[in-house]
Amino acid sequence: MSVYTPIFAMFLVAFAIGLGFLAVATFLGPKRLSKEKLDPFDCGNPPLGTPRVPVSIKYYVVAILFILFDVEVVYLYVWAIIFKDLGLFGFVEMLVFILIVVGGLAYVWRKGALEWK
Amino acid sequence: MAETLVIIGVALAKIVVVFAALQVTIMYLVLAERRISAFIQDRLGPNRVGWEGLLQPIADGLKFLFKEDIIPSRADKVIFVIAPAMIVLPALMTFAVIPFGGVLTFGGIKIDLQVASIDIGLLYVLAMASISVYGIIFGSWASANKYALMGGLRSCAQMISYEIPLGLSVMGVLMMTGTLKLEQVVEAQSTYVWGVIPRWNIIFQPLAFLLFLTSAMAENNRLPFDLPEAEQELVAGYHTEYSSVKFAMFFMAEYAAMITSSALVVILFLGGWLVPGLEALGLPQIVKELVQMGAFVLKVSFFLFLYIWVRWTFPRFRYDQLMRLCWKVLLPLALANIFVTGIVMAM
Repeated sequence: MSVYTPIFAMFLVAFAIGLGFLAVATFLGPKRLSKEKLDPFDCGNPPLGTPRVPVSIKYYVVAILFILFDVEVVYLYVWAIIFKDLGLFGFVEMLVFILIVVGGLAYVWRKGALEWK
Repeated sequence: MAETLVIIGVALAKIVVVFAALQVTIMYLVLAERRISAFIQDRLGPNRVGWEGLLQPIADGLKFLFKEDIIPSRADKVIFVIAPAMIVLPALMTFAVIPFGGVLTFGGIKIDLQVASIDIGLLYVLAMASISVYGIIFGSWASANKYALMGGLRSCAQMISYEIPLGLSVMGVLMMTGTLKLEQVVEAQSTYVWGVIPRWNIIFQPLAFLLFLTSAMAENNRLPFDLPEAEQELVAGYHTEYSSVKFAMFFMAEYAAMITSSALVVILFLGGWLVPGLEALGLPQIVKELVQMGAFVLKVSFFLFLYIWVRWTFPRFRYDQLMRLCWKVLLPLALANIFVTGIVMAM
């Protein structure tokens, strides 16, 4: 039995729980629907316009920055767990890498990508 | 053959126990939150159903089940229905690798108190935590509601931003312990400094502890970082359009994530299930294990209390402050923490 088998079993149970809840939501409970109930909630007024509008570009920038920095975090994990064996050599090597990351952060900062105005 | 059956039986029993414990904790955490917030605001809180309101979670659950389930006519129906399941699934699965005790020997069978002991334990937890972003963004988009979409976008940007300081702050601990297996991280904390002070990581990594706790709170969308649900601006955030059990599922996921992150803080920084000086008492092995499990539950409960306490004490950040805190304060501090840890250890 692989060590991942229990995780797969856990996935099946969690999946069954999720489906079960959805089924319960569909079959239990009353169904008295009306047009007003099915409208999107807009603080009590009839809904105005469409929700499918362009969103602020800032969110897109944050997503790109996340991918850049998160990939760097993943590299650091590998380094951190064998840090003791690498000694000073590994530390200096990684320091160069971290400095490049800091350089990237400084660049993004100066360019104003971290401002929310 | 019989041994294999025992192993499978033990594994299944652990899964059932973990799920049951998680569900019960979630239910009573909601009650605890309502009672504690009431005491903080000088109210009584729900105390009618059962003794001191102890049956309130069951009443709440039943009420959720028998509420009308509304799917808005403009919503993207398939994604709208799937989204709550997509957020509950990772939240429940994360607990698979959390160790809640040492090794229990029971009638000659050794049981490690953990569902699955995998080499990439910590990475698995962080990866599962990131997957819950999908449930939120799908649910908010499929609702076809302006407020839900705004709440979902805010929530996503916040969760992915705070994941970076969260991931970086554990690096110091990993450098000291040299493993991603959570039970080994705990065992590495079992010795003593100068024979008295337990070698818990919080002593060596106080900054990392604070960074991790802050990021974990933001990651779970809890106040003071609950911008996605800022009621005054956004109605209820990404779950505005959800009703009945689907609404409850979003809350289940949120509270499950709170429990997981509290457990993670305890494991990484506060010695997990370890109790300082316990081995000196010379208790029988099984008693010792049970005491340690109790200690783990107590430590996790403290952090759950802290979550609630913070929520009802601090006001909410503004969104630009929230993003500034993450990218301009926590991220540089986390990098500096790695740097300092590296220098001290390489010396």
